[in-house]
Amino acid sequence: MFRPIADLAASGALSFTFDGRPMTARAGDTVAAALLVNGITACRETPVSDTPRAPYCLMGVCFDCLVVIDGIGNRQGCLVPLAEGMRIETQHGRRHLTEASE
Amino acid sequence: MTPIASIEQLDESYDLLVVGAGPAGLSAAARAAELGLSILLADENPAPGGQIYRAVTTTPVKNRAILGEDYWRGADIVARFERSKAVYAPRCTVWSIGPDETAPGAFELGLSLDGKARIIGAKQVILATGAQERPFPIPGWTLPGVMTAGAAQIALKSAGAIPSGRTVIAGCGPLLYLLAGQLAAAGCQIAAVLDTTPSANRSKALGAIPDFLRSPYLAKGLKLMLTARRKLRFVSGVTSLTATGEGKLASVQFEQNGRTGTLACDTLLLHQGVIPSVNFSNAAGCAHDFDTEQHAWVPRVDAWFGSTVPGIAIAGDGAGIGGAESAALRGEIAAFGAASRLGKLNEAERDRQATPVRAELDKKLRGRRFLDLLYKPAPQFLAPPRDETIVCRCEEVTAGQIRDAAKRLGVTGPNQMKAFLRCGMGPCQGRLCGPTVVELIAETRGTTPAETGYYRLRPPIKPVTLAELAALPQTEASVKAVIR
Repeated sequence: MFRPIADLAASGALSFTFDGRPMTARAGDTVAAALLVNGITACRETPVSDTPRAPYCLMGVCFDCLVVIDGIGNRQGCLVPLAEGMRIETQHGRRHLTEASE
Repeated sequence: MTPIASIEQLDESYDLLVVGAGPAGLSAAARAAELGLSILLADENPAPGGQIYRAVTTTPVKNRAILGEDYWRGADIVARFERSKAVYAPRCTVWSIGPDETAPGAFELGLSLDGKARIIGAKQVILATGAQERPFPIPGWTLPGVMTAGAAQIALKSAGAIPSGRTVIAGCGPLLYLLAGQLAAAGCQIAAVLDTTPSANRSKALGAIPDFLRSPYLAKGLKLMLTARRKLRFVSGVTSLTATGEGKLASVQFEQNGRTGTLACDTLLLHQGVIPSVNFSNAAGCAHDFDTEQHAWVPRVDAWFGSTVPGIAIAGDGAGIGGAESAALRGEIAAFGAASRLGKLNEAERDRQATPVRAELDKKLRGRRFLDLLYKPAPQFLAPPRDETIVCRCEEVTAGQIRDAAKRLGVTGPNQMKAFLRCGMGPCQGRLCGPTVVELIAETRGTTPAETGYYRLRPPIKPVTLAELAALPQTEASVKAVIR
């Protein structure tokens, strides 16, 4: 989907997982940007029709970049800075309560 | 400037709370702090700059030619703010505003940072929440791989990232050409720019040319256009767009002069101009009018950018689109107004200090009307003609459903439409469907957007969890309100 520009070292400084798969991205990226540069096509499925969606506006307006971060659902990936060891997962439909969020 | 990392560090109240760290918010906060007010500037993003100067202090893009000199000008605005005595809360969402019942004329605002909420008091408020891209509903615009042009620009500025495959840019407006030039300079493979500027707009914009010729937009605009046109495949007069693909974007179909074309692509970037972001000002109860030239709802403001709610001012593109440089100046003027209302500046001094800023603002806004008229979206991109087009992305409500409800059920306005179809009731709270729903109702009923009205928005203007609300300290009055 996205790639770093030529004069930027493609080295990943932070490690995280998306749906259990290990990935790396630049420190300073948001969660949504980190997923885009790792070639992730869709980050959620809609509550209405289970259709895949991906980040659309990247500025906190559209809510299409919703993901589960460290067990907490419906986080706007474009507003959350990536952190070392983050566990990011696809948001399937509505937010579900988990142990982390109860 | 004092940055804060946790919401506990905030004071109970401030003289002035500024929402948004774009050019308007940064300039308002800096000026008001220089005038001796205690300031909190709260912003959702991790670094100052707003969208136009997004990540200007943190961007990994070191080659200055890629983003252009206009972008780097934002560094001076941020630097001035950093020298000020304002308190800065990044990654902080402001989700409500209401009167402070213990202090007449003052406000209480709900703020969240890192999943913790607080209610903070403010004597004056400046909303500098800026603009958003105008919704551009075409069939297939919800497919992964379709994004706004602004999104690609944000990825470039803040992450140094560009679309990796074949990219098509479609729509109209100055940002479209700017982005095309920036992405090309950054090495992006741009298959085509599909320009939807209606040819009829040219004659309508003619009358505004004399001002435009004397405006700063001219040189800038021509340069953008020429750079983009020289390097890229430009298709002008595009009248229809459709994105197709299974689960993700595969191609875009377009019509030009009755002929159809198809371009295989991995990324489609859409842009149809920008409109004021009105969710906050609407929820705060400020009056809005429909501006027919900008074709958008615009809050009604006075000479100091004060809204119709005393104590709440709206600076920057949130008070009508004027661009980055005018936003900074409008922030200054709003700050003079707030300082004067707080008694920190007498009226004569306020007027004297604001005079040169106003003169500069007039200069910056000169020529804006030409752009508004030239790049006014074609009707079919405001009200999608094909019934299967999704209008409300959150609740997946189509243009056909909205037309049907307006025609058969006699739905007269967007608030009634919510009750029937749930459009505008998803997490984006109508930001991506409001203007289109209004347009479709007006078209079906033969009325205007102004007569149709807009969503009546209410706090919280951003989702906030019950846990955050429940953890807020309760006043005696609030407890009495629910316990008998």
